[in-house]
Amino acid sequence: MAASVVPPSPVRDDAFFWEGVTRSQLLLRRCAQCERLHHPPSPMCPHCGSVEWRTEAASGEGTVHSWIVSAHPTEPDDSPRIVVLVDLAEGVRFVANLAGIAPADVTVGLAVRVTFETVGGVLLPQFRPVEVAE
Amino acid sequence: MSGYGTAVVGVGQTEYSKDSGRSELQLASEAIRNALRDAGLGPADVDGLVTMSVDTNDELFLIRSVGIPSLRWSSRIPFGGGGSAGTVQHAVAAIESGLADTVVVYRAFNERSGRRFGQPGGRVVPPEWNWYLPYGLDTPAKIYSLWFQRYMTHYGVTNEDFGRYSVVARRHAATNPDAWFYQRPITLADHQASRWIVEPILRLLDMCQESDGGVAMVLTSAARARDLPHPPAYVAATALGQVMDGDTLFQYHLPDTTRFPQAEYVAEQLWKRTGLSPADIDTATLYDAQSPSVFFQLEAFGFCGPGEARDYIADGHIELGGSCPVNTHGGLLGEAYIHGINSMVEGVRQIRGTSHNQVAGARHVLCSSGKTAVVFAAG
Ligand SMILES: [Zn+2]
Repeated sequence: MAASVVPPSPVRDDAFFWEGVTRSQLLLRRCAQCERLHHPPSPMCPHCGSVEWRTEAASGEGTVHSWIVSAHPTEPDDSPRIVVLVDLAEGVRFVANLAGIAPADVTVGLAVRVTFETVGGVLLPQFRPVEVAE
Repeated sequence: MSGYGTAVVGVGQTEYSKDSGRSELQLASEAIRNALRDAGLGPADVDGLVTMSVDTNDELFLIRSVGIPSLRWSSRIPFGGGGSAGTVQHAVAAIESGLADTVVVYRAFNERSGRRFGQPGGRVVPPEWNWYLPYGLDTPAKIYSLWFQRYMTHYGVTNEDFGRYSVVARRHAATNPDAWFYQRPITLADHQASRWIVEPILRLLDMCQESDGGVAMVLTSAARARDLPHPPAYVAATALGQVMDGDTLFQYHLPDTTRFPQAEYVAEQLWKRTGLSPADIDTATLYDAQSPSVFFQLEAFGFCGPGEARDYIADGHIELGGSCPVNTHGGLLGEAYIHGINSMVEGVRQIRGTSHNQVAGARHVLCSSGKTAVVFAAG
């Protein structure tokens, strides 16, 4: 896999997410006051000013909104890494990688589902085409 | 012409290279000295400085090097290259409020021989990058491509379409002696033979250069400008446009990712304040860190409709002799990447009538860096 995966450096406002990843959960934040989802999260709800949040596990289902093949600009890559922008079923977008498919076969609207895999030594959410995942 | 409050009265630059052989502070100092000489002014006339937040040149070291005795205004604009045209807005704000009389806008760096923006690593990343960096989004080319790709699939735009912009930019650079790619035009076949940077969106020849160099502009009141040597490039309007779901780099959470709402907001303000429309713009500089950026700006400013930039470019509108020549200096692809400030120098030259690729009778020039922009006007 890619030679150098940069691990996240969790901070106060996103530590909940990375803790969820260790339990194979894709956690989203929902405002405890006005009930709206907010991703990427910010410390305050932009709709109502609340700083109280509930976290909830996303279904992990979604469709491909956009994608690229990520290659290092100067050093050889072990294998191409597809970066995908996913429209989650919950109505927010999420960036991760897409595995289990050749770049030429990726299409906008492709149904994908989240998995949690160790990539370059880092545990990350990854998406796979629904058919392959099942 | 009455009604304008501020004008650009001096422009200066260093040579544009891949290895300047001197410090960024020296590049900034030389550019400012050259701009002041061009304006017929001296360091003692300057009382304000504006640059971009990412510039490494400290204001106090700079005034000590240039010989500016005292300073009463300084500001910096964030938003990376997207903020470059907004430096003029800061200068206008200072001059028209009376907080400064003469403001120098500057940007200087060794972006090729020093820290290269296009390479992974080497930058201090804010916490928000946790959502993107672990998955491999570690260069501006990749980061922007995830946004560009949706536009391509939505409208059926191909990399070859993007290449038609690159060919125009390099053709303009080929007749600009200041340009790194002076006398080195490319064909569409050259573009299509260049290597992928981000497949299937960007090839090498879609990318701006990495450059060493410095640029400066001197701005002062319109009243004072009329007594100085060059025809003033009046600031007809400036605008900043940011929206809540937008981002400097990661434009993934916009409601409609095939559009550029920040530039649309900038355009709305500029057209309203000036009473102008795209048809009144004689020539434009559009920020071209990568060729697709030009497509998004052409559509956002209303030069053509959504999804129509491909045909607008293919039909020759943005070339010399076209309805609105774009990036007559060659853009950041062809002239140099001095973070967009060099493109405003070209805008000023078009107003003065001194561009190497002069658009005859140019009276209104749009200089856009996407999230900020300025319209320069002749007197
Ligand atoms: Zn709320």
